[in-house]
Amino acid sequence: MKRFFTKLYTVLIFLFLYAPIVVLIVFSFNNAKSRGHWDGFTLKWYFSLLEDEQILKSLYYTVIIAILSSIISTLIGTFAAIGIHNMNYLGKKITMNLNYLPVLNPDIVTGVSLMTLFIFVKLKLGFLTMLLAHITFNIPYVVLSVLPKLKQLNKHLAEAAMDLGATPFYAFKKVILPEIMPGIITGSLIAFTLSIDDFVISFFTTGSGVTNLSITIYSMARRGINPKINALSALMFVSVITLLIIINTRTSKEIKKKGVTFYD
Amino acid sequence: MIKVFRRILLIVLVLGILVASSGCGENKPVLNVYNWGDYIDESVLNDFEEEYGIKVNYETYATNEDMYVKIKSGGNNYDVAFPSDYMIEKMIKEDMLMKIDMNNIPNYKYIDDKFKNLDFDPNNEYSVPYMWGTVGILYNKKVVDEKVDSWDILWNEKYKKQILMLDSQRDSIAVALKKLGYSLNTKNVEELEEAKQELIKQKPLVLAYVGDEVKDMMVGEEAALAVVWSGDAIAMMEENENLEYVVPKEGSNLWFDNMVIPKTCKHKKEAELFINFMTRPQIALRNTQYIGYSTTNEETWKMLDKQIRENLVAYPDEEDIEGCEVFLDPGEFIKEYDRVWTEVKVH
Repeated sequence: MKRFFTKLYTVLIFLFLYAPIVVLIVFSFNNAKSRGHWDGFTLKWYFSLLEDEQILKSLYYTVIIAILSSIISTLIGTFAAIGIHNMNYLGKKITMNLNYLPVLNPDIVTGVSLMTLFIFVKLKLGFLTMLLAHITFNIPYVVLSVLPKLKQLNKHLAEAAMDLGATPFYAFKKVILPEIMPGIITGSLIAFTLSIDDFVISFFTTGSGVTNLSITIYSMARRGINPKINALSALMFVSVITLLIIINTRTSKEIKKKGVTFYD
Repeated sequence: MIKVFRRILLIVLVLGILVASSGCGENKPVLNVYNWGDYIDESVLNDFEEEYGIKVNYETYATNEDMYVKIKSGGNNYDVAFPSDYMIEKMIKEDMLMKIDMNNIPNYKYIDDKFKNLDFDPNNEYSVPYMWGTVGILYNKKVVDEKVDSWDILWNEKYKKQILMLDSQRDSIAVALKKLGYSLNTKNVEELEEAKQELIKQKPLVLAYVGDEVKDMMVGEEAALAVVWSGDAIAMMEENENLEYVVPKEGSNLWFDNMVIPKTCKHKKEAELFINFMTRPQIALRNTQYIGYSTTNEETWKMLDKQIRENLVAYPDEEDIEGCEVFLDPGEFIKEYDRVWTEVKVH
């Protein structure tokens, strides 16, 4: 009986999570422009999506900004986390609180203040400013996901490695980095998704023809979201799922082969 | 795993170099256009680029206020924007717009005279009309079998929980003001208070205050009456033949979206070329057909199918819109509107 209920609970949770996505994908094949009623099967939205330069351009910028900002913020965030980890008590407290600020700050405040800053230093709003903004709001999340891994780390590991003749950098590369890798990967994935999702901060920090998907979709709101967006979302969803399946099968193979994994 | 990361890094570097190198080397003049989302036939932009060799940077926004904030803050150099009537007035007041040299817009002669010399730009110095429309009641004939010609029907107990109002401060307050016979640009606090009482009285009857969802709800027959923009009404009536649209006899709101040149503009000549291009009857026709709203271009109107040309929703007769008013910028008085709307929403 209990087993049945746990199963039912899991099914319900997944239904709740995936039902909207399923509806969205189904309606990407709908002949009518409305999302209210079904009017026959069509692939026309997929074809018109491929012809829509505006949407494709914003997809391109979205992906580029997400990849670049997540990689750069992961690098900065990881080193910041190692630095914070080795601080004394007071320094750690102060830096951690500073680190929480951007996380808790409303997006609109971050967006407007960054825009003001960019204008103040006479940076032309565009690709670079949007990238900088994304890096800025991603760093704290990376720090927050790497720090716990550092806390779990055995203090004497690096020392042992250096006792055995490793240079500090070599010890970091071969001993510490593999240990905190799961945290780094989690952090970079969070950064990536945050960057893809963000609307408010992007809206205020972009210019000169650079827009991301969120801005493009949101600005359609007045006249109704075009079903092309459904088609695009369906394609993105399918590619993310495929990517996850590939990664998971590869890691399970690796586990079988070596008995080790980067994901605990 | 590390290998995979190396590969990703390499790809990113290559992409980064591609991004950095694209755009340089081309010495085409550039034009930054800022428009509502989904408010142009995008092939028009390509034609403009080909014809004049000017590269168009195209960006979109969702509300007049969003656009205003971006342009007001500086740091952007938008050359052409598409604000609505009251926002044009506000931007002129705040000295944010350049005067357009009408000698460079020969196609201005195609614009219908009734869209010239309007209150928000009395001498046609700052804006060139693009699209226009009305606000009215869209109703489902299957449910509403009486004559709909007045705002009063939105207060009729018979249609309890079947009414959709716009989730927009000016538009909803305007409905109440018009119902009471006042101007929708009133600066009289007592009149506003009366309108507030009307809206509070109406609240139990309202199914929801909506934005874009109104389309799905009306086409899917989830509601019987809704306050909508004429352009959207046409789209909904095409999808569901039980729907009818009417501009109430007490008058309503008449709106315009015009092209302007913000003070941030660095390419005035190109901007004027673009505005002139957009006003070319053939081009305006393509935009009108794509968007489905009403054109301000007389020549374009003549090219439309007879069916659309005589569609009274899109192109109402003069007497039907006699009592209609255009929104004006209330200036400081907007605070009162804010207050009234908040009180209605929290009641």
